[in-house]
Amino acid sequence: MTTSPLANLATQTTELLAAVHALSTFEALREAEPFITGKRSILSTLQKSLGGLEPEARRAAGAQLQEARRTVEAALEIRRSELALAARAELLESDRLDLGDVVVSAVRWPASVGHPSLVASTQRELEDVFIAMGFTVSDGPEVESDWYNFEALNIPPAHPARGMWDTFYVEMGEPETVVLRTHTSPTQIHLMEGAVENGSLPIHSVMPGRCYRRDTPDARHLATFHQIEGLVVDRGITFADLAGVIETFTRKYFGPDISSRLRPAFFPFTEPSAEFEITCTICRGEGCRTCSHTGWIELGGCGMLDPAVFEAVGIDGDEWSGFAFGFGIERCVQMRHQIADMRALIENDVRFLRQFS
Amino acid sequence: MRISLSWLREFVELDESAEELRLVLDDLGLVVEGIEHVGEGLGDVIVARIDEIRAIEGADRVRLVVVDAGNGPLEIVCGATNFALGNHVPLAPVGAILPGGFVIAERKMRGVTSNGMLCSSRELGLSDDHAGLMILDDLITPRVGQGLLEALSLTPDIVFDISVEGNRPDAWSVAGVARDLATRLGRPLSSPPLAQPDAGESSSPFASAGIDAPDLCGRLTVSVLRGVKVGPSPSWIAQRLQTAGMRPISNVVDASNLVMLELGQPTHPYDASSVAGRTLRARRARSGEVLTTLDGVQRELAKAGRGLGDTGEDCVIVDGDDRVLGLAGIMGGASSEINDATTDVLLEAAFFDPMTIARSSKRHSLRSEASNRFERGVDPQLALRAAARFVEILRESVPSLQWMADPLDVWGETPHVPTVVLRPSDVERALGISLSHAEVSRILEGLGFATRLDRDQISVVPPSARLDIRSGAAGRADVIEEIARLYSYRRLPRRTPSWPEPGGLTDRQKLRRHVRDVIVDLGAFEAWTPTLGSDADFDFVHPGTERVRVTNPLASDESVLRATMIPGLARAWGRNVERGTGDVVLGEIGMVFSHPLATENPRTTKGGAGGLVALQLPVETEHLTVVLGRDDDDATTAVAFWAVLADRLGLADVVVRSDESAPRAFHPTRSASLVDRASGATLGHVGEIDDQLLGQLAPSANARRLGVIDVDLDVLCDPSLATRVSHLAEVPSRYPSAVIDLAFVTPSSVHAQDLAFALRSTSELVEDVELFDVYLDASLPAGTRSLAFNIRFSSDERTLSEGEVVGAREALIATGATLGAVLR
Ligand SMILES: [Zn+2]
Repeated sequence: MTTSPLANLATQTTELLAAVHALSTFEALREAEPFITGKRSILSTLQKSLGGLEPEARRAAGAQLQEARRTVEAALEIRRSELALAARAELLESDRLDLGDVVVSAVRWPASVGHPSLVASTQRELEDVFIAMGFTVSDGPEVESDWYNFEALNIPPAHPARGMWDTFYVEMGEPETVVLRTHTSPTQIHLMEGAVENGSLPIHSVMPGRCYRRDTPDARHLATFHQIEGLVVDRGITFADLAGVIETFTRKYFGPDISSRLRPAFFPFTEPSAEFEITCTICRGEGCRTCSHTGWIELGGCGMLDPAVFEAVGIDGDEWSGFAFGFGIERCVQMRHQIADMRALIENDVRFLRQFS
Repeated sequence: MRISLSWLREFVELDESAEELRLVLDDLGLVVEGIEHVGEGLGDVIVARIDEIRAIEGADRVRLVVVDAGNGPLEIVCGATNFALGNHVPLAPVGAILPGGFVIAERKMRGVTSNGMLCSSRELGLSDDHAGLMILDDLITPRVGQGLLEALSLTPDIVFDISVEGNRPDAWSVAGVARDLATRLGRPLSSPPLAQPDAGESSSPFASAGIDAPDLCGRLTVSVLRGVKVGPSPSWIAQRLQTAGMRPISNVVDASNLVMLELGQPTHPYDASSVAGRTLRARRARSGEVLTTLDGVQRELAKAGRGLGDTGEDCVIVDGDDRVLGLAGIMGGASSEINDATTDVLLEAAFFDPMTIARSSKRHSLRSEASNRFERGVDPQLALRAAARFVEILRESVPSLQWMADPLDVWGETPHVPTVVLRPSDVERALGISLSHAEVSRILEGLGFATRLDRDQISVVPPSARLDIRSGAAGRADVIEEIARLYSYRRLPRRTPSWPEPGGLTDRQKLRRHVRDVIVDLGAFEAWTPTLGSDADFDFVHPGTERVRVTNPLASDESVLRATMIPGLARAWGRNVERGTGDVVLGEIGMVFSHPLATENPRTTKGGAGGLVALQLPVETEHLTVVLGRDDDDATTAVAFWAVLADRLGLADVVVRSDESAPRAFHPTRSASLVDRASGATLGHVGEIDDQLLGQLAPSANARRLGVIDVDLDVLCDPSLATRVSHLAEVPSRYPSAVIDLAFVTPSSVHAQDLAFALRSTSELVEDVELFDVYLDASLPAGTRSLAFNIRFSSDERTLSEGEVVGAREALIATGATLGAVLR
């Protein structure tokens, strides 16, 4: 009777595991690996020796050997990750820098010139024009409830008018109750609610900010963009004031030879509503491809505040009246700098950014 | 909506040019998006018959076609394949000039000469159809050699592409646009000819109609039409439809479409023989019912939808066996469709609740010309007028058509028609101009409103088509908009208002501007990185934390609202590295978001229908993040950048504390917190970006170090957290300062800035303490380093004596000792 080739397997396995534990560096592990589980290991030698056995016995021995191999391999993997962690910790330790010890006066500082973002600078210029006209500036959140983004603006749930905006919904609360604001108009509602609560009417404010629409970006649209919106609530405000504010803004921002005109449009939160157009800044009104030869280009929307909006925020429409207007900041940027493809604004390419001061 | 000038002229006299009319329409809010000249340049095109079709050797995309256009056989090379021998098609012979100025010339290809061009409908500017040649046999009985315009009874026409706003369902028809024009131009409005129901047998009991859901279906009329012969429409009808962008199908379907385009009322013709009991009823769909609509899609009805306010209600039309025939007002089913054998037609003309149609149409993702109109609101009074117009049109091709007496007409609930009272000052209060009663009445009556002068008030009742006019104050605004619109916005006055309240920025806004200016001054390029990022980016920085997720992202890696701008900026920098422009500092001021479950003070606001639900929203925090990627940049230059920034922002004393508490985006052993010494508040962190994260975000950066500063502007803007230097000026002493250097062997546990602070606080005589050297050496005890300070002493009252300086120096050494720092 011949002894089984696996007679010493238990001892051999224990020896292999001990060898694994003894490995103290990553390099040592790499060098030892062929002798522990690889071609030159005892496990491989044993594997070859099974060839002489009867089929039945060979199967049983094979399974036994496989089990041993698994155990050793598992130990090797654990050791490998332990050593990797240790190596990483050692690296981090050797890299350690106490930032409290930085001698600021000794830091070499390369001369470099920075450049502001075109959108942010444009937003500031727009704000400044309105500030000079007597407006304050108000900020609002980018994540809104459907109440502020839609319903208080006279766009009830499931109303087809909600289809005017391609909305990103946020996974929170009941479906479709939390949204990335599709326009800056919810800030109007916050302002009016706040003013009613504090008894601080009138309001004359502009609201710039980032908005989101679920629309694949192309040369003329971005899914993330900026609007600036204006709101006036005061006594005796009429459509004439709205048209006057739009005209004053247009001349101050675009130049004295650019003027504005209004044409009827529909927005749920204003009535009467208007689209406002300005003299084409490319051809100065002569007619060109950009303005489809009309001499005018569309800039934004505006209108007298709808009584339904006043009702939602609790303002007495017999005492107060008001108007709102809004337009895209990127659109102003694109017009002024004649940017063929708006996506350049979000690519953060230094070669693009460095053109603007 | 495409509307032809010739069609408008049937309603109102219009002598203006297309461009003149564009100005008028634009000013009415019916914005003209395009003007097309149809049938122009077709004078040379003639009818040709296909006599022979041959393959051309070596060509598999084109064939040789022999046609007869009245002057014997002509060989023409043609790429289309949709025709057969004997078909009649339009031929543009050599020398013809097609719309758009395209000149047809003799062409040789593959050894064959092509003597003209056979045309598609689109090439002739007649429709968008470019699937193949225009087969004239489908439309008319063509005659070889005849001019195409004559053959099609075409007259050149002008088509306006008009965009109609959502609140003007009444204007979504030729009649509606004509009404606006007639009122603005002060011209009479004509009506189209209408048929009368026949005298004789009554529609009931031959057919019956009913409404089981009066809230969903406000009116259901059913006209019984007998003796129908289904066939092609006369060419003028086909042309009308084509210029409006619709395909002619058969005389019955075409009549329905024509009425819809002309008057705005969708109608639905059923083959009476396939409607059980010749009965049409409108009812609520029941849960579990299914319908296969004409587009071949099987639809589950009455299934609650996602989204607010959608209860899953569908209005359906059923027959006498209660079998569902169609989704009311949206699309029919195949079973009762008009076919060639149809002789009796049940014509449905109805009013459906707009919101029900809107919700069903959205839920089933099913939009049709009919649903688009019903969801905006169709005139409830229009149904039988539309049926009369339908019969009139169908009689063009079926003169013997019978319309049974007493069409069925069942009513449910229709919208209340408000009476709007305009008080004397209302128009002026809204528009800033006073208009006479006569002017107001002329405009409103022209639009079909009934007006009555009641002392000095005008009572206004809108026409039934104007479902957009509300009641009360909102209704007044609606009516005033109509007055302003027809009067012309351009004629309204302008006034620049002013008010006593001053404009300006808040402190927060001023600080934000200041921060921007300073980082740009310090050499940063201001970036704009995505708000929406990937799970992977989020997980690296905030593993296992709740995140704010978008339900319907445009891409899976744009589904999480960023909790930090660091990954976005690192990635933007990495792309610049790839372009060879990575030697740069990028900075951004923007919002970062945390989930209400991951924050102590979630934002609560109102939401849900009516704003009645208290909702928790993500907390939004404004941050400044700067990444420093210039060649020698690392944590050290980031600290220097911060020091200059803090100085420019007037921060009193912010300690750079290496405490390993920085978020995971930071390098574990090369980062520090920015702690306000007085308040203890953490303003942010400084250091380097974690090398492993950077490897993921900017693989091409190849083990470069990327310095980073991240500051919470909410903290920075709060003076109780971010302590500012006193605004009271300190005038430097007029007496000379004494300057000494002191080097301390300091335990590594003691922060250099803490030691400096302690030294500064030791004596009134200390004017300034500045670290100028850090020295590490094996000769020093383990766990220590040498910190060398440059110290200035001075007094406002006198020149310091040597003794005073020596005393102060001793005091400083003693202070060092209390912190374990030993003079070297
Ligand atoms: Zn132009």
